[in-house]
Amino acid sequence: MNPHHATVAEIGRALRARRYSSVEVTRWFLDRIAEAGKALNAFVTVTGERALADAARADATIAGGEGGPLTGVPLAHKDIFCTDGILTSCGSRMLANFVAPYDATVVTRLAAAGMVLLGKTNMDEFAMGSSNETSHFGPVRNPWDGTRVPGGSSGGSAAAVAARLAPVATGTDTGGSIRQPAALTGLTGFKPTYGRVSRFGMIAFASSLDQAGVLAQSAEDAALVLAAMAGFDARDSTSVDAPVPDYAAGLERPVKGLRIGIIREFFGEGLEAGTGAAVRAAIDGFRAMGATLVDVSLPQLPLSVPTYYVVAPAECSSNLSRYDGVRFGHRCRDPRDLLDLYRRTRGEGFGAEVKRRIMTGTYVLSAGYYDAYYLKAQKVRSLINEDFRRAFAAVDVLMGPTTPTPAFAIGAKTGDPITMYLNDIYTIGANLAGLPAVSVPCGLVEGLPVGLQIIGPHFSEERLLAAAHAWQCETDWHRRLPPLYA
Amino acid sequence: MFSRTGAIVTLTRRDVESIAHLARLEISEAELPVYVQSLSAILAFVEQLASAPTEGVEPMAHPLAGQVQRLREDQVTESDRHDRYQANAPAVEAGHYLVPRVIE
Amino acid sequence: MAFEWQTVIGLEIHAQLATRSKIFSGSSTAYGAPANAQADLVDLGYPGVLPVLNREAVRMAVRFGLAIGATIARRSVFARKNYFYPDLPKGYQISQYERPIVEDGAVEIVLEDGAKRRIGVTRAHLEEDAGKSLHEGLGRMSGIDLNRAGTPLLEIVSEPDLRSAREAIAYMKKIHTLVRYLEICDGNMQEGSFRCDANVSVRHQGRHEFGTRCEIKNLNSFRFVERAINFEVERQIGVIEGGGSVVQETRLYDPDRHETRSMRSKEEANDYRYFPDPDLLPLALDDAFVESVRATLPELPDAKAARFAREHGLSAYDAGVLTAARELAAFYEEVAAGAGGESKLAANWVMGELSGFLNRDGIEIGDSPVSAASLAGLLRRIQDGTISGKIAKEVFEAMWSARLEADAIIDARGLRQITDPAAIERAVREVMAANPAQLADYRAGKDKLFGFFVGQVMKATGGKANPAQLNELLRRMLAG
Repeated sequence: MNPHHATVAEIGRALRARRYSSVEVTRWFLDRIAEAGKALNAFVTVTGERALADAARADATIAGGEGGPLTGVPLAHKDIFCTDGILTSCGSRMLANFVAPYDATVVTRLAAAGMVLLGKTNMDEFAMGSSNETSHFGPVRNPWDGTRVPGGSSGGSAAAVAARLAPVATGTDTGGSIRQPAALTGLTGFKPTYGRVSRFGMIAFASSLDQAGVLAQSAEDAALVLAAMAGFDARDSTSVDAPVPDYAAGLERPVKGLRIGIIREFFGEGLEAGTGAAVRAAIDGFRAMGATLVDVSLPQLPLSVPTYYVVAPAECSSNLSRYDGVRFGHRCRDPRDLLDLYRRTRGEGFGAEVKRRIMTGTYVLSAGYYDAYYLKAQKVRSLINEDFRRAFAAVDVLMGPTTPTPAFAIGAKTGDPITMYLNDIYTIGANLAGLPAVSVPCGLVEGLPVGLQIIGPHFSEERLLAAAHAWQCETDWHRRLPPLYA
Repeated sequence: MFSRTGAIVTLTRRDVESIAHLARLEISEAELPVYVQSLSAILAFVEQLASAPTEGVEPMAHPLAGQVQRLREDQVTESDRHDRYQANAPAVEAGHYLVPRVIE
Repeated sequence: MAFEWQTVIGLEIHAQLATRSKIFSGSSTAYGAPANAQADLVDLGYPGVLPVLNREAVRMAVRFGLAIGATIARRSVFARKNYFYPDLPKGYQISQYERPIVEDGAVEIVLEDGAKRRIGVTRAHLEEDAGKSLHEGLGRMSGIDLNRAGTPLLEIVSEPDLRSAREAIAYMKKIHTLVRYLEICDGNMQEGSFRCDANVSVRHQGRHEFGTRCEIKNLNSFRFVERAINFEVERQIGVIEGGGSVVQETRLYDPDRHETRSMRSKEEANDYRYFPDPDLLPLALDDAFVESVRATLPELPDAKAARFAREHGLSAYDAGVLTAARELAAFYEEVAAGAGGESKLAANWVMGELSGFLNRDGIEIGDSPVSAASLAGLLRRIQDGTISGKIAKEVFEAMWSARLEADAIIDARGLRQITDPAAIERAVREVMAANPAQLADYRAGKDKLFGFFVGQVMKATGGKANPAQLNELLRRMLAG
């Protein structure tokens, strides 16, 4: 078996069967990253020594008859998760010199499960973007077509897994940043329910929207990693204290009888024809598997993008105030006075998109505008949430496209922020309502992957994973590799 | 400040300078018009919210309704790690983080 | 036409809550640690950290609310107050804005002339303290110490009900006493655990609208508050009478120059952009929680003072002084109980000699070298006539410095009163014989010389003659 084509589940089994060691498989991935990594620019930091040390430890665990399905399996972390003693840049010049002094809870948990850290992946700066073009470390390329974007903000994680430089990678999703890159790179991208996974150590963008998740090769892989990541964390006040099911065990649940709501508003103008056709065909595929299709309308859903672009900037404008050159991170040279320290440090440290969002956020929270913008947006958020609630009274899951088009060319949408924002038109709703959602590969349009999005009610991860798994038992889109990386 | 003509929102240079100051961001002369334009476009875009039917609707601050704040026991759990934390600080002296002198 | 000016004052008091750990992190709140030794990642506002609320801070806020008869919000919200300053690591302070934990309370203040006034407390809310800046010794730089960042504060806001600096002090002292009674704050103003800002404005008597107010900061003693308010009132009246209008601004009190100064370095109209903190969920308190806190309330100062007045026959003023601090009140009660019913005597000694010595040596009552039981012992000796009140003062001084009991000192120095009538009579006779001229003058009508004879007998007896017996005997014998 070629480990480069192996899933997390397969690598785990192979390690436990002693077909190869963790050190060996880790070396294979490190070599592959060295060969192919630069072209894609998927990694900010490759942690070679650490990876081999993790692997050696995992091998000892396995040799002692201990460990679980993830022991010794390599992974990459999005560079938004703090990793103790390792550069954690968040894709920004502001943190280009920031060596985190602690591990995020997600990092601790996956390390405790025995996973091996290959490195930190590139991302849109401070998670703000849908194309991974705003990173201080340069754009990431889509392995399916090097002239195109992999999506964002978890673009590096997506490119790494799609090119099999890592078997799985973590990501974060605030407005679609796991699902959208997964769709553009042919991966299974899972965003859990808000509060399911701890945000402690995950650099904050928009606190009421951010969630950690995975970019994986399959629903089975997503289930394995998610089970290890998820769970209550006392250090995160928004973390939910509810037991984590054995997601892998629930995968075989049949799709027969599943009531699927097709979101009417998602199939209107703006959806590219090929993408629309592939998604419709996939939904029909579910009907063939015994599911029932129901047309549902969520009339306020079209307001999700403007709602998001008030709420997210508002929260981020506050979350990013701590970057001031005083205690860590970038600091401007020879500040004349305090004001100069702040203005120049932040002016130099942040890129244009981040500055745009900070200013938007500052504006919508400011005196005289709070009611009209921020308060109004939070009310519209309630309306959207209510639309979802009503829909889920009639159906088990909702389906639609993940993105309006397949991967677009690098530079094609950077001219106008709104054009870029509209890439998240189908994904944002789930973040506003805190709902779990997954994107699974469902076709190729002119050689580029297209994703099917499945959204469920709060804490329906098992059902979503089972539906995705059923799809992946019937089809092999998720096993296709980009031609250059096959 | 800002004018509303249908869905058109135009910020002035002054507006953007003032926002940039509140946010402590230095924006160069050259960049200013670009931000005026893009911020105006964003605000025009979100104007759509104004017509949403939100009479009597409660704002949604947290995605999971009914969740309330957990309370932590009053215990000291942290110890002195300032050496570690200050190792990478931009400017430190005598254990203090340095900033240009502030006169009160 | 002469106008009468009315002063309107509202006080904002920040009381540092005496929790072991900070409000949102597990760092220690102990005072005096080396710079940044008690600032963890959460306090430092590092990327990725999150706040978790301290239960004890909530309990303390509820205690305060119950003690002032306020409404305890069953649901309150934490909000971010956004501004940039080096001692504010996150660039925002977590506070409470629209929905504070405590609302609509009141306290009663008693002025020196006995007049009582009810002062409303608009609200009290929880928030985190900022760090400290050091401006000396670092050249062109200021140094930031974040040990204090994250310490829990209870911000207590009064209604603008105060009408003079005197009232403001009385209110401030009342709150100071209350937070110490409740053991939620140590009230140490030098260390900054109890801070006060005053909002001051003036208006013509009879007007309903408020004048423009100024906020005065940096008031960390009762004396400063009084002086600052008085200065500011005069200043504002001066501005208005000079034809100008008061500018709404923040001013600093300068204790060296005894004046308030405009804080030019502060932002003009800070826009704090308050919004609910998304990292913290709404704080929900149920009846069980509130009642469990109510059960821990001690006897409050007003109730205790009323009881003292009733049970110990003290004046309202004396009762107020003795109940200003819980430890003092407890000390007093122990003395009164041990002094054989001499409540007033006990009150005089506790408020007088004891307090005097405590102040002189700068120590707290908890560290008094003379215990309540010991003082009670001394008072019993006055009561049973062993010594006079005057001698007792000498004994007390010795008890204080030598740490001995009253009886030991009385015996060692032979200070027992002379109560044997024969002995006193003998002493009187000797004095009368030694001072024939004065005797003749007295008998001729110079009544004032009575004191002379008292003094002489006391001198002859080393001050130990029982004063009452001496008086009676002298009157008889001098009369002839």
